[in-house]
Amino acid sequence: MNLEYWGFALAFIVLGPVVGGLLAGIDRRLTARMQSRQGPPLLQPFYDVLKLFEKDTTVVTHLQTLYLWAFLFFMVIAGVIIFLGGNLLLSLFAMTVSGIFLCLAAESTNSPYSKIGSAREMLLMMAYEPMLIIVPLGFFLVVGSFQVADILAGEPSQVVQLLGVLIGFLFVLTIKLRKSPFDISTSHHGHQELVKGLTTDMSGRDLALVEIGHWYENVILLAWLYLFFGPLGLLWALPIAVVLFFAEVLVDNTNARLKWGTTVKASWWVAVLFGVTNLLVLPFI
Amino acid sequence: MSFLTKSPWILHYAATSCNGCDIELLACLTPLYDVERFGIINTGNPKHADILMVTGSVNEESRKVLENLYEQMPDPKAVIAIGACALSGGIFREAYNVYGGIDQVIPVDVYVAGCAARPESIIDGVVRALGVLEERSKNRVRQRKVA
Repeated sequence: MNLEYWGFALAFIVLGPVVGGLLAGIDRRLTARMQSRQGPPLLQPFYDVLKLFEKDTTVVTHLQTLYLWAFLFFMVIAGVIIFLGGNLLLSLFAMTVSGIFLCLAAESTNSPYSKIGSAREMLLMMAYEPMLIIVPLGFFLVVGSFQVADILAGEPSQVVQLLGVLIGFLFVLTIKLRKSPFDISTSHHGHQELVKGLTTDMSGRDLALVEIGHWYENVILLAWLYLFFGPLGLLWALPIAVVLFFAEVLVDNTNARLKWGTTVKASWWVAVLFGVTNLLVLPFI
Repeated sequence: MSFLTKSPWILHYAATSCNGCDIELLACLTPLYDVERFGIINTGNPKHADILMVTGSVNEESRKVLENLYEQMPDPKAVIAIGACALSGGIFREAYNVYGGIDQVIPVDVYVAGCAARPESIIDGVVRALGVLEERSKNRVRQRKVA
Protein backbone atom coordinates (compact mmCIF):
# COMPACT_ATOMS: atom_id res chain seq x y z
CA MET A 1 0.00 0.00 0.00
CA ASN A 2 1.66 3.19 -1.11
CA LEU A 3 1.53 6.74 0.12
CA GLU A 4 -0.91 7.86 -2.57
CA TYR A 5 -3.67 5.61 -1.23
CA TRP A 6 -3.10 6.83 2.33
CA GLY A 7 -3.60 10.32 0.91
CA PHE A 8 -6.92 9.25 -0.62
CA ALA A 9 -8.04 7.71 2.68
CA LEU A 10 -7.11 10.83 4.64
CA ALA A 11 -8.88 12.99 2.05
CA PHE A 12 -11.97 10.82 2.49
CA ILE A 13 -12.01 11.30 6.26
CA VAL A 14 -11.55 15.07 6.00
CA LEU A 15 -13.32 15.95 2.74
CA GLY A 16 -15.92 13.14 2.77
CA PRO A 17 -18.55 15.12 4.70
CA VAL A 18 -17.85 18.24 2.61
CA VAL A 19 -18.44 16.40 -0.67
CA GLY A 20 -21.36 14.43 0.78
CA GLY A 21 -22.99 17.61 2.09
CA LEU A 22 -22.55 19.35 -1.25
CA LEU A 23 -24.08 16.34 -3.03
CA ALA A 24 -27.05 16.56 -0.63
CA GLY A 25 -27.28 20.31 -1.33
CA ILE A 26 -27.28 19.81 -5.10
CA ASP A 27 -29.81 17.01 -4.61
CA ARG A 28 -32.21 19.29 -2.72
CA ARG A 29 -31.83 22.12 -5.22
CA LEU A 30 -32.35 19.75 -8.14
CA THR A 31 -35.44 18.30 -6.44
CA ALA A 32 -36.81 21.81 -5.96
CA ARG A 33 -36.19 22.70 -9.62
CA MET A 34 -37.98 19.52 -10.72
CA GLN A 35 -40.98 20.71 -8.68
CA SER A 36 -40.58 24.20 -10.24
CA ARG A 37 -39.48 25.71 -6.94
CA GLN A 38 -36.40 27.82 -6.36
CA GLY A 39 -35.03 25.57 -3.65
CA PRO A 40 -32.69 26.11 -0.70
CA PRO A 41 -29.13 27.47 -0.90
CA LEU A 42 -26.45 25.00 -1.98
CA LEU A 43 -24.95 24.99 1.53
CA GLN A 44 -28.30 24.29 3.24
CA PRO A 45 -27.33 20.78 4.49
CA PHE A 46 -24.34 22.33 6.31
CA TYR A 47 -26.55 25.03 7.86
CA ASP A 48 -28.92 22.28 9.02
CA VAL A 49 -26.21 20.23 10.70
CA LEU A 50 -24.51 23.26 12.28
CA LYS A 51 -27.89 24.30 13.63
CA LEU A 52 -28.47 20.82 15.09
CA PHE A 53 -25.23 21.26 17.07
CA GLU A 54 -26.68 24.46 18.56
CA LYS A 55 -29.86 22.71 19.72
CA ASP A 56 -30.44 20.78 22.92
CA THR A 57 -30.03 17.03 22.59
CA THR A 58 -32.87 15.21 24.30
CA VAL A 59 -32.10 11.52 24.73
CA VAL A 60 -34.34 8.77 25.94
CA THR A 61 -31.35 6.49 26.55
CA HIS A 62 -27.65 7.30 26.31
CA LEU A 63 -27.15 3.94 24.62
CA GLN A 64 -28.57 5.59 21.52
CA THR A 65 -25.71 8.10 21.30
CA LEU A 66 -23.17 5.26 21.61
CA TYR A 67 -24.87 3.32 18.80
CA LEU A 68 -24.88 6.40 16.60
CA TRP A 69 -21.17 6.97 17.14
CA ALA A 70 -20.63 3.30 16.19
CA PHE A 71 -22.75 3.89 13.07
CA LEU A 72 -20.55 6.83 12.10
CA PHE A 73 -17.31 5.00 13.00
CA PHE A 74 -18.01 1.92 10.88
CA MET A 75 -19.23 4.09 8.00
CA VAL A 76 -15.90 5.93 8.03
CA ILE A 77 -14.04 2.59 8.26
CA ALA A 78 -15.98 1.29 5.23
CA GLY A 79 -14.91 4.37 3.26
CA VAL A 80 -11.30 4.27 4.43
CA ILE A 81 -11.01 0.63 3.27
CA ILE A 82 -12.21 1.60 -0.22
CA PHE A 83 -10.04 4.69 -0.52
CA LEU A 84 -7.00 2.71 0.69
CA GLY A 85 -7.58 0.51 -2.37
CA GLY A 86 -8.46 -2.34 -0.01
CA ASN A 87 -10.90 -5.22 -0.04
CA LEU A 88 -14.32 -4.27 -1.44
CA LEU A 89 -16.05 -7.16 0.34
CA LEU A 90 -14.62 -6.08 3.70
CA SER A 91 -15.81 -2.53 3.06
CA LEU A 92 -19.31 -3.86 2.33
CA PHE A 93 -19.30 -5.74 5.65
CA ALA A 94 -18.23 -2.62 7.53
CA MET A 95 -21.06 -0.72 5.84
CA THR A 96 -23.56 -3.42 6.88
CA VAL A 97 -22.35 -3.32 10.50
CA SER A 98 -22.78 0.45 10.41
CA GLY A 99 -26.34 0.01 9.11
CA ILE A 100 -27.14 -2.43 11.90
CA PHE A 101 -25.92 0.08 14.51
CA LEU A 102 -28.33 2.65 13.05
CA CYS A 103 -31.16 0.11 13.43
CA LEU A 104 -30.08 -0.55 17.04
CA ALA A 105 -30.05 3.18 17.77
CA ALA A 106 -33.64 3.46 16.56
CA GLU A 107 -34.63 0.26 18.37
CA SER A 108 -33.18 1.39 21.72
CA THR A 109 -35.91 4.00 22.30
CA ASN A 110 -39.56 3.59 23.25
CA SER A 111 -41.18 5.43 20.37
CA PRO A 112 -43.37 3.14 18.25
CA TYR A 113 -42.56 5.24 15.16
CA SER A 114 -38.86 4.71 15.78
CA LYS A 115 -39.46 0.97 16.15
CA ILE A 116 -41.47 0.76 12.92
CA GLY A 117 -38.66 2.66 11.19
CA SER A 118 -36.09 0.25 12.58
CA ALA A 119 -38.10 -2.82 11.54
CA ARG A 120 -38.49 -1.42 8.04
CA GLU A 121 -34.79 -0.60 7.84
CA MET A 122 -34.06 -4.27 8.64
CA LEU A 123 -36.37 -5.30 5.79
CA LEU A 124 -34.62 -2.88 3.47
CA MET A 125 -31.24 -4.36 4.42
CA MET A 126 -32.67 -7.77 3.63
CA ALA A 127 -33.81 -6.39 0.28
CA TYR A 128 -30.58 -4.74 -0.88
CA GLU A 129 -27.92 -6.92 0.72
CA PRO A 130 -28.04 -9.79 -1.91
CA MET A 131 -27.50 -7.34 -4.77
CA LEU A 132 -24.73 -5.51 -2.89
CA ILE A 133 -22.91 -8.84 -2.35
CA ILE A 134 -23.21 -9.63 -6.07
CA VAL A 135 -21.30 -6.44 -6.97
CA PRO A 136 -17.94 -7.45 -5.38
CA LEU A 137 -18.51 -11.02 -6.64
CA GLY A 138 -18.91 -9.71 -10.18
CA PHE A 139 -15.73 -7.69 -9.89
CA PHE A 140 -13.92 -10.75 -8.53
CA LEU A 141 -15.01 -12.93 -11.46
CA VAL A 142 -13.92 -10.29 -13.98
CA VAL A 143 -10.75 -8.92 -12.39
CA GLY A 144 -9.78 -11.87 -10.18
CA SER A 145 -9.47 -9.76 -7.04
CA PHE A 146 -11.57 -8.05 -4.41
CA GLN A 147 -8.97 -5.29 -4.08
CA VAL A 148 -10.23 -1.86 -5.16
CA ALA A 149 -6.77 -1.02 -6.50
CA ASP A 150 -6.88 -4.04 -8.84
CA ILE A 151 -10.43 -3.29 -9.98
CA LEU A 152 -9.41 0.27 -10.89
CA ALA A 153 -6.44 -1.11 -12.86
CA GLY A 154 -8.72 -3.51 -14.80
CA GLU A 155 -9.89 -3.47 -18.42
CA PRO A 156 -12.15 -0.60 -19.56
CA SER A 157 -14.51 -3.25 -20.98
CA GLN A 158 -15.41 -4.53 -17.50
CA VAL A 159 -18.43 -2.21 -17.28
CA VAL A 160 -19.89 -3.92 -20.39
CA GLN A 161 -19.24 -7.35 -18.89
CA LEU A 162 -20.91 -6.25 -15.65
CA LEU A 163 -23.82 -4.33 -17.21
CA GLY A 164 -26.43 -6.49 -15.48
CA VAL A 165 -24.72 -6.03 -12.12
CA LEU A 166 -24.57 -2.28 -12.75
CA ILE A 167 -28.32 -2.15 -13.46
CA GLY A 168 -29.02 -4.17 -10.31
CA PHE A 169 -26.71 -1.92 -8.29
CA LEU A 170 -28.44 1.23 -9.58
CA PHE A 171 -31.73 -0.31 -8.44
CA VAL A 172 -30.58 -0.94 -4.87
CA LEU A 173 -28.76 2.42 -4.85
CA THR A 174 -32.23 3.98 -4.71
CA ILE A 175 -32.82 2.09 -1.46
CA LYS A 176 -29.40 2.95 -0.02
CA LEU A 177 -29.87 6.65 -0.80
CA ARG A 178 -33.29 6.56 0.92
CA LYS A 179 -35.11 7.71 -2.19
CA SER A 180 -38.72 7.12 -3.21
CA PRO A 181 -40.18 4.58 -3.99
CA PHE A 182 -38.05 2.82 -1.36
CA ASP A 183 -37.85 5.43 1.42
CA ILE A 184 -40.07 3.35 3.70
CA SER A 185 -37.92 3.53 6.86
CA THR A 186 -37.33 7.30 6.94
CA SER A 187 -38.13 10.03 4.47
CA HIS A 188 -37.03 13.49 3.40
CA HIS A 189 -40.58 14.26 2.37
CA GLY A 190 -43.14 15.23 4.99
CA HIS A 191 -46.22 13.73 3.37
CA GLN A 192 -45.77 10.02 4.02
CA GLU A 193 -47.62 7.72 6.43
CA LEU A 194 -44.42 7.31 8.48
CA VAL A 195 -42.40 10.49 8.24
CA LYS A 196 -39.15 10.30 10.17
CA GLY A 197 -39.25 6.65 11.23
CA LEU A 198 -35.68 5.75 12.17
CA THR A 199 -34.75 9.23 13.37
CA THR A 200 -37.96 9.99 15.30
CA ASP A 201 -36.29 9.95 18.73
CA MET A 202 -33.00 11.54 17.69
CA SER A 203 -32.48 15.25 18.17
CA GLY A 204 -29.73 17.84 18.24
CA ARG A 205 -26.21 16.36 18.17
CA ASP A 206 -27.49 12.82 17.65
CA LEU A 207 -29.41 13.79 14.52
CA ALA A 208 -26.36 15.67 13.28
CA LEU A 209 -24.33 12.45 13.63
CA VAL A 210 -26.88 10.61 11.49
CA GLU A 211 -26.70 13.32 8.83
CA ILE A 212 -22.88 13.29 8.75
CA GLY A 213 -22.96 9.48 8.56
CA HIS A 214 -25.25 9.71 5.54
CA TRP A 215 -22.92 12.17 3.86
CA TYR A 216 -20.07 9.68 4.25
CA GLU A 217 -22.39 6.94 2.98
CA ASN A 218 -23.26 8.96 -0.12
CA VAL A 219 -19.58 9.42 -0.96
CA ILE A 220 -18.96 5.68 -0.47
CA LEU A 221 -21.87 4.80 -2.78
CA LEU A 222 -20.57 7.27 -5.37
CA ALA A 223 -17.19 5.53 -5.07
CA TRP A 224 -18.87 2.15 -5.69
CA LEU A 225 -20.52 3.58 -8.79
CA TYR A 226 -17.15 4.99 -9.87
CA LEU A 227 -15.56 1.53 -9.65
CA PHE A 228 -17.63 0.31 -12.62
CA PHE A 229 -16.22 3.06 -14.84
CA GLY A 230 -12.86 3.47 -13.05
CA PRO A 231 -10.67 1.88 -15.77
CA LEU A 232 -12.04 4.41 -18.30
CA GLY A 233 -10.06 7.09 -16.48
CA LEU A 234 -11.12 9.89 -14.16
CA LEU A 235 -12.21 12.21 -16.99
CA TRP A 236 -14.90 9.78 -18.18
CA ALA A 237 -15.69 7.86 -15.04
CA LEU A 238 -16.47 10.71 -12.64
CA PRO A 239 -19.02 12.54 -14.87
CA ILE A 240 -20.79 9.25 -15.71
CA ALA A 241 -20.93 8.26 -12.04
CA VAL A 242 -22.24 11.70 -11.01
CA VAL A 243 -24.90 11.73 -13.77
CA LEU A 244 -26.13 8.25 -12.76
CA PHE A 245 -26.09 9.38 -9.12
CA PHE A 246 -28.39 12.29 -9.90
CA ALA A 247 -30.64 10.15 -12.09
CA GLU A 248 -31.71 8.79 -8.70
CA VAL A 249 -33.08 12.25 -7.86
CA LEU A 250 -35.35 12.02 -10.91
CA VAL A 251 -36.56 8.59 -9.77
CA ASP A 252 -37.14 10.04 -6.30
CA ASN A 253 -39.37 12.79 -7.64
CA THR A 254 -41.42 10.69 -10.02
CA ASN A 255 -42.35 7.83 -7.70
CA ALA A 256 -44.59 7.31 -4.70
CA ARG A 257 -43.59 5.14 -1.75
CA LEU A 258 -44.03 1.37 -2.14
CA LYS A 259 -45.10 -1.15 0.48
CA TRP A 260 -42.31 -3.12 2.14
CA GLY A 261 -43.41 -6.42 0.55
CA THR A 262 -43.23 -4.98 -2.94
CA THR A 263 -39.85 -3.44 -2.15
CA VAL A 264 -38.31 -6.73 -1.00
CA LYS A 265 -39.83 -8.71 -3.88
CA ALA A 266 -38.80 -6.16 -6.50
CA SER A 267 -35.21 -5.88 -5.31
CA TRP A 268 -34.77 -9.65 -5.03
CA TRP A 269 -36.19 -10.14 -8.53
CA VAL A 270 -33.79 -7.53 -9.88
CA ALA A 271 -30.90 -9.18 -8.01
CA VAL A 272 -31.75 -12.54 -9.61
CA LEU A 273 -32.69 -11.28 -13.07
CA PHE A 274 -29.81 -8.87 -13.61
CA GLY A 275 -27.21 -9.75 -10.97
CA VAL A 276 -27.19 -13.56 -10.88
CA THR A 277 -27.86 -13.89 -14.63
CA ASN A 278 -24.93 -11.58 -15.31
CA LEU A 279 -22.68 -13.70 -13.06
CA LEU A 280 -23.83 -16.89 -14.84
CA VAL A 281 -23.09 -15.61 -18.34
CA LEU A 282 -19.76 -14.01 -17.35
CA PRO A 283 -17.66 -17.02 -18.53
CA PHE A 284 -19.03 -16.55 -22.06
CA ILE A 285 -18.31 -12.81 -22.44
CA MET B 1 -24.83 34.72 13.89
CA SER B 2 -26.78 31.66 14.87
CA PHE B 3 -27.44 28.96 12.28
CA LEU B 4 -30.93 28.64 13.75
CA THR B 5 -32.01 31.52 11.52
CA LYS B 6 -30.72 29.72 8.42
CA SER B 7 -32.49 26.44 8.98
CA PRO B 8 -35.71 26.77 10.97
CA TRP B 9 -37.58 23.47 10.97
CA ILE B 10 -41.29 23.72 11.55
CA LEU B 11 -43.86 21.64 13.32
CA HIS B 12 -47.44 22.36 12.40
CA TYR B 13 -50.29 21.48 14.72
CA ALA B 14 -53.97 22.16 14.05
CA ALA B 15 -55.57 22.58 17.49
CA THR B 16 -59.19 22.15 16.38
CA SER B 17 -59.02 24.68 13.57
CA CYS B 18 -61.41 24.83 10.60
CA ASN B 19 -58.41 23.98 8.32
CA GLY B 20 -58.57 27.34 6.56
CA CYS B 21 -55.30 28.49 8.12
CA ASP B 22 -53.78 25.02 7.69
CA ILE B 23 -54.36 25.16 3.96
CA GLU B 24 -52.76 28.61 3.80
CA LEU B 25 -49.82 27.33 5.86
CA LEU B 26 -49.28 24.40 3.54
CA ALA B 27 -49.59 26.79 0.59
CA CYS B 28 -46.31 28.33 1.83
CA LEU B 29 -44.55 25.10 0.85
CA THR B 30 -45.87 25.19 -2.73
CA PRO B 31 -43.83 26.49 -5.69
CA LEU B 32 -45.49 29.93 -5.52
CA TYR B 33 -44.13 30.76 -2.04
CA ASP B 34 -41.52 27.99 -1.60
CA VAL B 35 -40.35 28.60 1.98
CA GLU B 36 -37.58 26.01 1.50
CA ARG B 37 -35.71 28.96 -0.09
CA PHE B 38 -35.04 30.03 3.49
CA GLY B 39 -34.20 26.52 4.65
CA ILE B 40 -37.63 26.11 6.23
CA ILE B 41 -38.77 22.50 6.34
CA ASN B 42 -42.04 21.07 7.59
CA THR B 43 -40.73 18.24 9.78
CA GLY B 44 -43.76 16.58 11.33
CA ASN B 45 -41.60 15.54 14.31
CA PRO B 46 -41.44 17.68 17.50
CA LYS B 47 -37.93 16.45 18.38
CA HIS B 48 -36.59 17.87 15.11
CA ALA B 49 -38.54 21.11 15.16
CA ASP B 50 -37.45 24.66 16.07
CA ILE B 51 -40.72 26.50 15.53
CA LEU B 52 -44.18 25.29 16.55
CA MET B 53 -46.95 26.74 14.38
CA VAL B 54 -50.41 26.34 15.85
CA THR B 55 -53.77 27.10 14.28
CA GLY B 56 -57.24 26.96 15.80
CA SER B 57 -58.84 27.68 19.17
CA VAL B 58 -57.61 25.05 21.62
CA ASN B 59 -60.08 22.83 23.43
CA GLU B 60 -59.63 20.33 26.24
CA GLU B 61 -58.80 17.46 23.85
CA SER B 62 -56.17 19.28 21.83
CA ARG B 63 -54.68 21.01 24.90
CA LYS B 64 -52.96 17.81 26.07
CA VAL B 65 -51.53 17.15 22.61
CA LEU B 66 -50.34 20.74 22.27
CA GLU B 67 -48.63 20.76 25.66
CA ASN B 68 -47.02 17.42 24.89
CA LEU B 69 -45.68 18.62 21.52
CA TYR B 70 -44.33 21.80 23.11
CA GLU B 71 -42.58 19.82 25.86
CA GLN B 72 -41.00 17.44 23.35
CA MET B 73 -39.36 20.20 21.30
CA PRO B 74 -35.69 20.73 22.24
CA ASP B 75 -34.58 24.27 23.19
CA PRO B 76 -34.19 26.87 21.78
CA LYS B 77 -37.69 26.97 20.35
CA ALA B 78 -40.39 29.47 19.37
CA VAL B 79 -44.16 29.31 19.02
CA ILE B 80 -46.29 31.05 16.41
CA ALA B 81 -50.07 31.34 16.73
CA ILE B 82 -51.72 31.59 13.32
CA GLY B 83 -55.15 32.97 12.56
CA ALA B 84 -57.91 34.66 14.53
CA CYS B 85 -58.88 31.49 16.42
CA ALA B 86 -55.33 30.83 17.60
CA LEU B 87 -54.95 34.45 18.68
CA SER B 88 -58.13 34.87 20.70
CA GLY B 89 -60.57 32.11 19.88
CA GLY B 90 -62.02 34.09 16.96
CA ILE B 91 -65.72 33.58 16.41
CA PHE B 92 -65.62 30.66 18.86
CA ARG B 93 -64.32 32.84 21.70
CA GLU B 94 -67.58 32.78 23.64
CA ALA B 95 -68.15 29.06 23.06
CA TYR B 96 -68.20 26.94 26.24
CA ASN B 97 -65.83 24.29 24.86
CA VAL B 98 -62.78 26.30 23.76
CA TYR B 99 -59.94 27.94 25.67
CA GLY B 100 -59.83 30.86 23.22
CA GLY B 101 -56.24 31.38 22.13
CA ILE B 102 -53.08 29.33 22.12
CA ASP B 103 -51.46 31.57 24.75
CA GLN B 104 -53.94 30.22 27.32
CA VAL B 105 -52.08 26.92 27.10
CA ILE B 106 -48.45 27.49 26.02
CA PRO B 107 -46.29 30.66 25.75
CA VAL B 108 -46.64 32.27 22.31
CA ASP B 109 -43.90 34.42 20.75
CA VAL B 110 -45.44 35.63 17.50
CA TYR B 111 -49.09 36.28 16.59
CA VAL B 112 -50.12 36.11 12.93
CA ALA B 113 -53.57 37.66 12.41
CA GLY B 114 -56.11 36.89 9.70
CA CYS B 115 -59.08 34.66 8.96
CA ALA B 116 -57.59 32.81 7.24
CA ALA B 117 -54.03 34.16 7.66
CA ARG B 118 -52.44 34.85 4.26
CA PRO B 119 -49.30 32.90 3.27
CA GLU B 120 -47.37 36.18 3.05
CA SER B 121 -48.19 37.08 6.63
CA ILE B 122 -47.37 33.53 7.79
CA ILE B 123 -43.91 33.79 6.19
CA ASP B 124 -43.53 37.22 7.83
CA GLY B 125 -44.44 35.59 11.16
CA VAL B 126 -41.71 32.97 10.70
CA VAL B 127 -39.16 35.71 9.97
CA ARG B 128 -40.15 37.44 13.23
CA ALA B 129 -39.86 34.13 15.08
CA LEU B 130 -36.31 33.80 13.72
CA GLY B 131 -35.42 36.98 15.61
CA VAL B 132 -36.81 35.44 18.81
CA LEU B 133 -34.87 32.22 18.20
CA GLU B 134 -31.62 34.07 17.61
CA GLU B 135 -32.09 36.09 20.81
CA ARG B 136 -32.69 32.88 22.80
CA SER B 137 -29.69 31.20 21.26
CA LYS B 138 -27.48 34.19 22.24
CA ASN B 139 -28.86 34.16 25.79
CA ARG B 140 -28.03 30.47 26.12
CA VAL B 141 -24.43 31.05 25.04
CA ARG B 142 -24.18 33.95 27.52
CA GLN B 143 -25.60 31.85 30.35
CA ARG B 144 -23.17 29.03 29.61
CA LYS B 145 -20.25 31.47 29.78
CA VAL B 146 -21.40 32.71 33.20
CA ALA B 147 -21.88 29.16 34.45
